[in-house]
Amino acid sequence: MSLIKELLKHRLGTASLIIILFLAILAVFAPYIAPYDPLEINVDNILQPPSLAHPLGTDLLGRDVLSRMIYASRISLEVSLVAVGLSLMIGVVLGAIAGYFGGLVDLIICRFIDIMLCFPTIFLVLAMVAYLEPSIVTIMVVIGATSWMGLARLVRAEILSLKERDFVLIAKTYGASSLRILFKHLIPNALPPILVSASLGLGQAILIESALSFLGIGVQPPIPSWGNMLIEGKETLEVAWWLSFYPGMAILITVLAFTILGETLQEILNPKRKER
Amino acid sequence: MISFLLKRFLVFLITLFGITVISFSVIHLAPGGPLSPITDFNPKITPEYRERLVKMYGLDKPLYVQYWEWLKKAAKLDFGRSFSPDQRPVWDKIKERLPITLLLNFLSLILIFMISIPLGVLGAVKAGSWVDRILTIVVFVGYAMPSFWLAIILMMIFGVKLQWLPISGLHSTLGYEEMTFFEKLWDWAKHLICPLFVATFGGIAGISRYVRNSMIEVLKADYILFARAKGISEKEVIYKHALRNALLPLITILGLSLPGLVGGSVIFETIFGIPGVGQLMWQAVMARDYPVIMANLFLVAVLTLIGNFLADIGYALADPRIRLGDKH
Repeated sequence: MSLIKELLKHRLGTASLIIILFLAILAVFAPYIAPYDPLEINVDNILQPPSLAHPLGTDLLGRDVLSRMIYASRISLEVSLVAVGLSLMIGVVLGAIAGYFGGLVDLIICRFIDIMLCFPTIFLVLAMVAYLEPSIVTIMVVIGATSWMGLARLVRAEILSLKERDFVLIAKTYGASSLRILFKHLIPNALPPILVSASLGLGQAILIESALSFLGIGVQPPIPSWGNMLIEGKETLEVAWWLSFYPGMAILITVLAFTILGETLQEILNPKRKER
Repeated sequence: MISFLLKRFLVFLITLFGITVISFSVIHLAPGGPLSPITDFNPKITPEYRERLVKMYGLDKPLYVQYWEWLKKAAKLDFGRSFSPDQRPVWDKIKERLPITLLLNFLSLILIFMISIPLGVLGAVKAGSWVDRILTIVVFVGYAMPSFWLAIILMMIFGVKLQWLPISGLHSTLGYEEMTFFEKLWDWAKHLICPLFVATFGGIAGISRYVRNSMIEVLKADYILFARAKGISEKEVIYKHALRNALLPLITILGLSLPGLVGGSVIFETIFGIPGVGQLMWQAVMARDYPVIMANLFLVAVLTLIGNFLADIGYALADPRIRLGDKH
């Protein structure tokens, strides 16, 4: 709670939080908020510019852009939440194990991180998607599986410095098992950098998802995602600029909100921590 | 110094080994095996022919034998033939595209550093002021803006509306042969403005933030206080004493930012129709051209590794603590 109070003192951080909450509400209550069915095709009503009936206009198939945008926010948040959840799981577990046990285990995990970091994310994601069927689940898994390395390094460093502290030694003398020390004492204390990393990661995941959808291997039409709406809009750019303008703005604002929130959290939680 | 280099080289070899293992395992992710794109749904391919293909590619042997065979060929840059109708050797396809991607990334890297360092210094010197805040927001917008969207907007404004710049390709197709050298250079430059802008804009955020934060730390150091106490001008303190120390870690950041840059090539090469490896990767993925995908993935990772390795050595040469063999 005190964290939120601190956050509200930062103007940009507060604005980001409000944007994210607003998006979350849109996503959760999409069926009640969206004025039209996002998939309903209406051939009499194609490429309408923004108007009262269709505040953001209609697309090439006469579908309401606003409704599609609202449903797309659902997809984008869903994909990024699951992807980041997965990357948190891998990153925290591997980082904690490496930091806590040290020695050979640490060496192997660190080398593995180095190796994974040599692959540009987009190349790795593209390669994996090429071998698997493109679907929302594939994208979630692939983004999660390729974005945990930075976090693992962070958690490892945090655990390394925490494990020498007195409270860990006391827990050890009381005979607590390694697992208990890790999950009950160490990881909860490493939460601040994990939180920061999660917020930055959510923005990053939305960017990757939209890039994949844009390249035609992400979320498949007719399901709307900001990325695939953008590429559909590209074809009619000259006559209907609004088709790719709004999805682009949505991605920009959302990623900006998550990034600024992450930066603000970083400032609050540890003012001295250097940016990586 | 020698022991440091040896240690780094050992890590280099281990990482290289890891890259080969991961690149090799990726092909075996394919449902139906690595041959499925050329055998599935192809009525001409009888079970006997399929078996012959399996034998030809050595897919009937144990995995470690396959890996060893693949490794021996990869060392000679032999990645087999493309699955696409032209069936050209994969390396030939990559070879003609690699210089283009490297050139573009090299140019955008130089631009990123030329823009980010002054921005970072400005942000640090004026930390907390409105200048710093505006810079922060601009830089974050650059980071958060989807590069493909920026590319479309640029194409729309400069290519379609104003018609100042061409919207795709590396150079004109009509009349290119008749141009003089300088006309050709100008033609290339016009084609590269938009792609380079897209490639650079997104990269400024990371580096300039890094310079800013690193500069703020350095400006708090005792030797800066001492330099100021001696009465050295503020300009000299910042540019001569602080900047040098703040920039040192940038060498490592340079290495770390390589994968992101090269990854960005996929996006802007695809949009602007630039025949580089990024576009090749995308085309290969769309066509399920597995040999090309695998070779691309492998080569890009190896290039990144080499970049990181060189950055490490550069850092060691620049930092006297390592150069003189001091353990820190």
